[in-house]
Amino acid sequence: MSKNDLFQPQQFRTPLSRARGMGSAHHGVSHFITERVSGLALAPLSLWGVFAGLKLIGADQHTAIAWLGQPLNAVLLALLLVAALTHLQNAVQVVIEDYIHRFTTKSFLVIGNLFVCVAAGAVGIFSILKVAALTVTGAH
Amino acid sequence: MTDTSRGLPERPMSPHLSVWRWHITMACSILHRGCIMGLWVGAVILAGWVAALATSPEAYAGYLAVIGSPIGKLVLLGETFAVFFNVAYTIRQTFWDAGKGFTPRFADMTGAMAIAFAVVATIVTWVIAHANGAF
Repeated sequence: MSKNDLFQPQQFRTPLSRARGMGSAHHGVSHFITERVSGLALAPLSLWGVFAGLKLIGADQHTAIAWLGQPLNAVLLALLLVAALTHLQNAVQVVIEDYIHRFTTKSFLVIGNLFVCVAAGAVGIFSILKVAALTVTGAH
Repeated sequence: MTDTSRGLPERPMSPHLSVWRWHITMACSILHRGCIMGLWVGAVILAGWVAALATSPEAYAGYLAVIGSPIGKLVLLGETFAVFFNVAYTIRQTFWDAGKGFTPRFADMTGAMAIAFAVVATIVTWVIAHANGAF
C-alpha cells in the first residue's frame, strides 16, 4: 500500500472508475477512434489518389514535378500520405497484437511498424515540400 | 457447464474449427486484413515515389523501371483492389459504428457489394490505365 492510498481509500472507488479507460489494452478508445476517423478521411483521398495515378501514367519526371508543383496536388498528396500512414500504423498494430503474443516479438514489430510509418511520412512530406518549393520558386 | 450461464437462455456455441464454415462476412474481414497489410506496403511505395521524384531524374527513371516491370504492375494491380476494397469496407464499417447493418442477411449483402465494387472498380481503373498507355 502506497502513501497515496491512505487518502484515496479503495472502498470509495466504484468499479466503473477503475475500469474507465483501462480495458485489457490499458488505454481508452482513442486508438479505435483514430482508425475510424483516419479511415473516413482516407475514403475520398484514396479515390483521388487513384485518379491522380491514372493521370500520371507515362509522365516523365518533368511532367510529374509540374503536377506536384500545383498547390492543390501537393496538399492533397500530403494529406493522403499522412491519413494513410496514420490509418495503417494503427490498423497494422492491431493485426500484430492479435496474432503475435510473445512480448519481445510483439514489441519489436509494433515499434518497427511505428518507425517505418513515421519515416515514410517524414521522407514523403519532405519530398513533396522540396518539389513544390522548387516549382513555386521556379528553380526547376 | 459453468455457473456463469445459469438462468440464461440457450446461447450459441462459440466457433470451433471443425464445425465452422466460410461465409462472406468472415471472408470480407480476412480479406480486409490482407488489404490493410498490402496498403501498408503501398503507402511505403507511394512515399518512395515522391522521394524518387524529389531526388534526381536517374532515381525517378529507376523507380519507374521497377514499378513498370511486370511484377511492379502486378503489385499495383493488387494495390488498386486493396484501395477500393478498403474504401467500401470503411463505409460499411461506418454504418456498423452507427449501429446499422448487423442483420445477417444485410451484412452478407453489404459484404458481397464491397467485394463486387472493388472488383469492378479495379477492372475499370485498369481499362482506363490501358487506354492511357500503361501497358
